[in-house]
Amino acid sequence: MNLEAIHRLAWLQLIRAQCLNLVREPAYTLPTLLFPVMFYAFFGLVMVPGQSAWLLCTFATFGVVAAALFSFGVGIATERAQGWLKLLRASPAPIAAVIAGKAFGAMLFGLMIVVLMSALAAGLGDVRLFTGQWLGLAGVLVVGTLPFSLIGLTMGLWLSPNAAPAVINIVFLPMVFLSGLWVPVTQFPTWLQGFATWLPPYHLAELALHVAGVKPADIVVAVAVLLGYSVLFGVLTAIGWRRLDGVRA
Amino acid sequence: MRPCEQTVCIFSTIQLTMKSPTVAQLENLHHAYGAQPALAGVGLELAAGQITALLGPNGAGKTTLIHLLLGLLPCRDGSIRLFGDLPPGHRQARSRIGVMLQQSGVQHNLTVRELIEMFASFYPAPATVDELLEECGLAGLDTRRFDRLSGGQRQRVLYALGVVGRPELLVLDEPTTGLDPAARRRMWAAIETRRAAGTAIMLSTHFMEEAERLADRICVLDHGRVRATGTPDEIRRRVPRDTIRACTSLSSEQLRALPEVQHVRRTEAGVEILSAGGTQTLRALLDADPDVAGLEVRAADLETAFLALTDDTAQEAA
Repeated sequence: MNLEAIHRLAWLQLIRAQCLNLVREPAYTLPTLLFPVMFYAFFGLVMVPGQSAWLLCTFATFGVVAAALFSFGVGIATERAQGWLKLLRASPAPIAAVIAGKAFGAMLFGLMIVVLMSALAAGLGDVRLFTGQWLGLAGVLVVGTLPFSLIGLTMGLWLSPNAAPAVINIVFLPMVFLSGLWVPVTQFPTWLQGFATWLPPYHLAELALHVAGVKPADIVVAVAVLLGYSVLFGVLTAIGWRRLDGVRA
Repeated sequence: MRPCEQTVCIFSTIQLTMKSPTVAQLENLHHAYGAQPALAGVGLELAAGQITALLGPNGAGKTTLIHLLLGLLPCRDGSIRLFGDLPPGHRQARSRIGVMLQQSGVQHNLTVRELIEMFASFYPAPATVDELLEECGLAGLDTRRFDRLSGGQRQRVLYALGVVGRPELLVLDEPTTGLDPAARRRMWAAIETRRAAGTAIMLSTHFMEEAERLADRICVLDHGRVRATGTPDEIRRRVPRDTIRACTSLSSEQLRALPEVQHVRRTEAGVEILSAGGTQTLRALLDADPDVAGLEVRAADLETAFLALTDDTAQEAA
């Protein structure tokens, strides 16, 4: 077998392991999956009638951001502490595939959240979109997990498994709130509104709202901000990864 | 001399001079964590078909040395060459090395078979899963999740992940820590099978017995320095096996003259004798001093043994 073929096989194995991880940890997977969906059912369908399309976009954003941040942040921190990551680093496993497997898992997870929420919105709510818009919404949100996966990864590389969930929550909750995912930014006091444009979930929600045809957005700015965050945290991830080499076991 | 005798002669000469190929060459390694030194000038050579045991107490630098060898720590001072001229951590080197790390976790919701298949996919010519299950004593456990295995079974799975790639170099960091005696013997048998297949093996341990039983060469490591290297026989002669405590009227000189005695130390309660053979020393001690009291004999722990080795080194230097 040549090296290329080994590589492909290893990639498939590592991605498969991440998918199995989702299936075999229902105690983690189900709450993470159902929490944003339940949230949407309460606020999007019952409490605030007439806004179900808008809220579908923002709550789905909330769901995929949570999935990416937590699966990477807590996942990597735990695997680092257990020594699993070290064993993989010492083995000939292509490290890119280890990370890609995780990214794939987070995207799959995000996709499930979007599909569940969309089914709810179309079935019980009054959200009616064209097929292309449904697909576009799912596509944008799944690809949009990238910067959040990298933010989660950076935190996971620095934090202990005990600290990770708490610290990620402290970053995550204010970030999604200030991004207007629960309450639209326009209802914030004026001085607070400006914050949102610096936050990546705001821009991912803008893109989602745009492709779903709810509200036009400045796509270039949104994509640029999300890419900017990806590059920044990509670099921080690389530094964090290098740092593993120097850390005492 | 008849022709066939000559052939035999030549053959045995070749056997004597033929050296197993060197797989890893470690020279003058230094490493520190911040200001705290962990290794101070360690050199080592690992050869195919040989087991080298790194013997030392906790904190001796064993794991640091292993991490340097695997490229998990950067090698800043000293040199490590693998398989000729590959640096540690190089992908080609990694694909020829099998690893079992200390207290290693895995993705615990995978089954034994899934884990082995995953690691098999990393290597160019891996063993088949079934052959490996047999070799590692895991037959019948292949569909069991890792988190539903006993401690000994987990250790065997981690070992299987180390050997699945049929590596030329196998690195085992304390492979039998936490195992019961029966499981430990099974692990030894598995390791010996790999040696017979020509694998160069480096294992770390803090069990003298394990190093003696398995190793072709022992490297005694303490406080980041090599205290002694040699065959198990050579090391055994230098490392005391038993500690005898007693109250006796014999002088230190008289005690040192007793058989197998390596070290004598006065304590508040009496004397402490380190011996390479407790029974012989004890018999001679009772003959020499029938009034000896407060006798206590026990296996020397490694810390005590190292104390003796350290003293040796100090004496040699003086």
